Parts: sequence; C-alpha cells; structure tokens
Amino acid sequence: MEALDDLFWAYQDLFYSLGVNAILALSMYAVVALGQLSLGQAAFMGIGAYIGAVATVKLGLPFVVALSAAMAAPAVVAALIGVPTLRLTGVYLAIATIGLGEVLRILYLNSDYLGGALGFSGIPHKADGWIIYGLLALILLAFLLITRSRVGRACEAIREDEDAAKVMGINVTGYKMTALILSAALAGLGGALNAHFSSFISPGEFGFENAVTILSYAVLGGVASPLGPVLGAFLLTALPELLRSLHGLRGVVNGLIIVLVMIFLPKGLLGRRVRRTL
Amino acid sequence: MLPQQLFNALVLGSVYALFSLGFTLVFGVARVVNLLYGFYFACGAFIALLLATLAQLPLWLAAPAGAVGAGLIAALLDGILLTPLRAAKAPELAALIVTLGGVLLFTSLLTLAFGTQIRRFPVALMAQSSWQWGGLSVAPLQLVIIATAMTMVALLFLFIDRSKQGMAIRAMAENSDVASLMGVNVARAMAFTSFAAGSLAGAAGILIGLNFNAVHPYMGESMMLRGFVVIIVGGLGDIRGALLAGLALGFTEVLTAAYISSDFKEAVTFSALVLTLWLRPSGLFGKAVVRRA
Repeated sequence: MEALDDLFWAYQDLFYSLGVNAILALSMYAVVALGQLSLGQAAFMGIGAYIGAVATVKLGLPFVVALSAAMAAPAVVAALIGVPTLRLTGVYLAIATIGLGEVLRILYLNSDYLGGALGFSGIPHKADGWIIYGLLALILLAFLLITRSRVGRACEAIREDEDAAKVMGINVTGYKMTALILSAALAGLGGALNAHFSSFISPGEFGFENAVTILSYAVLGGVASPLGPVLGAFLLTALPELLRSLHGLRGVVNGLIIVLVMIFLPKGLLGRRVRRTL
Repeated sequence: MLPQQLFNALVLGSVYALFSLGFTLVFGVARVVNLLYGFYFACGAFIALLLATLAQLPLWLAAPAGAVGAGLIAALLDGILLTPLRAAKAPELAALIVTLGGVLLFTSLLTLAFGTQIRRFPVALMAQSSWQWGGLSVAPLQLVIIATAMTMVALLFLFIDRSKQGMAIRAMAENSDVASLMGVNVARAMAFTSFAAGSLAGAAGILIGLNFNAVHPYMGESMMLRGFVVIIVGGLGDIRGALLAGLALGFTEVLTAAYISSDFKEAVTFSALVLTLWLRPSGLFGKAVVRRA
C-alpha cells in the first residue's frame, strides 16, 4: 500500500512538472521567437519562486498576490538587463542573463532569510492541476492568437532579418524589450507555481543546468509554433521519469539533444537565415 | 593587512587575466562566445591532477602536460562542434547554443566519470612554508602562479605578434573571408587559436586548482562568470582589455571580500558587467567591435 502511495505521489509531481515546464518552455519561446537568446530563464524562475514563497510563507499574502509579485519582480530585473543589452547584438543579452543566474544562485546560498544552502521549505501546496493547466492553456491560447496576428508576423520578420524588419518600420528594440519582459514574467510564474506544489526550493534548482534544460525544450520544439516548445518540454520532462535508466544521464541527454539539433537542424531554432550563404 | 590583500589580489588577478585572455581571443578570431571554455578550464586541472596522483608525476611535468592536454581537447571539440556551423555561416547565437549544449554534455560526462567530490593535489606537492616579509606572507606557490601567468601571457603575445601563424590569426580576426582569399588556411588558424586558448584555460584551471587545492567537474562554472565580466568590461575580442580587466577583477574580488563581505563579491562583479553595458558597451578602451543591433 505504501509503495502504491509513493508511486501516486511520484507521478502526481510529474503531472505538475509537465505543466510548469511547458509554461517555462513558452517563456523561452517568447524570446527565441524573435531570434534572441535569454539564458536567464532559470534565474527569472528562481526570482519568482523565492518571491512567491516569501509572499505566502513569511508575509501570509493570498496566492494570487504571490503569483502577481512573482511575475512582476523578474520583469523589473529583465528590464534592467534588457535596456542596455538589447541595443547591442544578441551575444550581450545571452552573456548578461547567464551571469545573472550565477550571481543570484550565490546570493540565495548566502541568504539566511531565504534558507541558504539548505533551501526554503514548508511552502504551502497552493498550486493544483486546475491552476497549473488552466494557466498553461490560457498562455498557450494567447501565444497562438498572437502568432497569427500582426504582432506575430512582426516577430517573425525580426527573427528572419532584423535589418529588413527595421527598414519596414518595425520597432525592433521595442518588440525585443516587450518579449524579454513577458518572458521573464512567465518564467517567474512558472517558478512560483513550482514552489507551491513541490513545497521546497533550493538555490541549486535555478543554476546553469536548469537554464540549459529550459533552452533544450525550445531547441527540440523549434519556433515554427508555440506548440513545439510545449511538446519539447513534455517529452524532455517525461522521458527521464519514465525510463529510469536515463535518470542520471539527464544532463548528458539534454546537452546532446542541443548539440545534435543545432548542428544538423539549425533551421528549427533560428529561422531560415541560418542556411543563407553570402 | 592591506599589503597582504593586495598581494593575494595580484595572484588571483593574474590567473583571471590568463583565463580571460584565451576566452576573448576565441571571440576575436571566431566571433563565437565559446561556453566550452569553462570545461577546458576543468579539463586542464583534471589532467594535471590525474597525472600527479595516478601516474605520480612531479608537478613541473604534470602541470604543462595538463595545459597541453586541455589545448588538444579544445582544438578537437571546437573542430567537431563549430566547423559545421562556420561552414553554414550560422549566426553567432547558433554557435553559442551549440557550445552551451556541449558544456552541459561534457561536464555531465566528467561528473559521471569522476563524481562530484572535491579532489586535492598530493600533500607533498603542497607542503611549503611561506616566507615572511614584515606583515606580508608569501607562499612559493603564489610566486609560481604569478610567474607562470606572466610567462604564458608573454608567450601568447609573442605568438600572435611575431609568428606566421599568429599573423594568420590576426588576419582572421580582421576578416575571415578576406583572409581565406589571401591564402590563409582558415581551418588551421582556427585549430591553432583553439589550441592556444584551450591551453590558457587549462593552465588557469591548474593554477586555480593548486591555489585553492580543490578540483571538481563544476569548477569551470563559477569561473565562466568571471570570464564573462572580464571580456565585457575589457571589450569583446580586446586582448589588452581582457588582461587589464582580469587583473582588476582580482583586486575587486579580494577587496570586496575583505572590506564588505565575501557573500557579495559575485554581486559586485556582476554589477560591473551591467554598469559597463549601460555606460561603455564596447569595453574599457572602446576598441572592441560592437555591432549595434
């Protein structure tokens, strides 16, 4: 009976993780759809998780307020990093966001208020399947509608050829900025949801490896449609759980997928521009 | 107290400069932010450690072998991962993503092979009494670190400025298409660049491993943050900028730890990166090529 209970709990967590990781994949999609690369998704997720946990546990605020704060805080941080970097080439945003993750991880580690290396525990179970999948459906629907709109076509134009898009009168930097802020808010939401079903968060969850894992959802899914990253997240979350032998190899598998997809199918992620020669 | 802090800062700063030099060199020549660079850093330390412990080689043999080994691994992996993308004229970000996947892949493999525990160099290598000058305590190892870093930096400058291969590398940094038309063997120049940069990373890994006497698969991760800060503050692709910014980073870290709190040294470092992006995106000397989007 106990074994059955364990099994149930293990798969309940997997069920929640699938939904949250799909939201994280969409947060990555928001920037990759414009041909930008943010490696700060894990960092934004961490900000959301810690802010959300502090709001419900330490301040006793309602869950809705916690979720809103968890979206607002990473959005502000994203703006602070986005304003100086988005004027420059994509490399600068990638470097600044990857650096952000490392710095925040070390700050959490050293903060007694946030539980330090032992992590933040005792977070109430506020996120259930209805909330997680309801939000996922809402976000996915919004993305699908945007993709088919004028805004979606502008994003595609920026991804395919930034200079041409600018000449056509598209406010390239404005679009990039909006996408980055939206993406950070979604990652923060994912982090807060994650914290409120796993009841425990620790600094190690928001480091480099998780940032690459979130990227691998989008790399596997491609940018043709927002459904791609969602499927990528489902696949890469479920596989290591169902095939236990893959469990210790998660880093190897995710890394290998990124390398192989980028070398052999680079069109999948960064658009047609990749194969254009001089 | 202050002279001791400044001396420790010089030791750390010279290793940071050494590390960042190769990182910025690869960007300058290949226009790729190569995240595998942190893995080469760990590789150098691991090869030297294994040679010193398993093969019981003396340090003066194990350390150079570690640096050369890391350089060979760098030339091999860069060749396999980045050549197809360069041939396809892929955008900068595609190469960055490949190396990102690569660093997760290879670091995970390194962890599978050696575990996450911290390994240490044999005690016999480390047992030294330090010299005292007034209030200043100087370990022979620290002098070796400074001397090694300076020698390698000088060798790199000689190689780039004086050798024929160095000229090919400079030509590529200027414009790889034109260099190729002028008869530069681009693939060979790339391999030399990767080897040179990889050995600098490996050497830095060995020196940091010796300085803190700790070697583990993830040691490259925290080093990459420093590498990012240095190449942005120094200017992407600017070799002299990296040298200066690397030294400055050593001083910033040690002085922050001494006078504010060691908890905040990464945050202070990162603020320098963001501040540079706001005020001077092309780096300290403003010579680096920054294509504004």
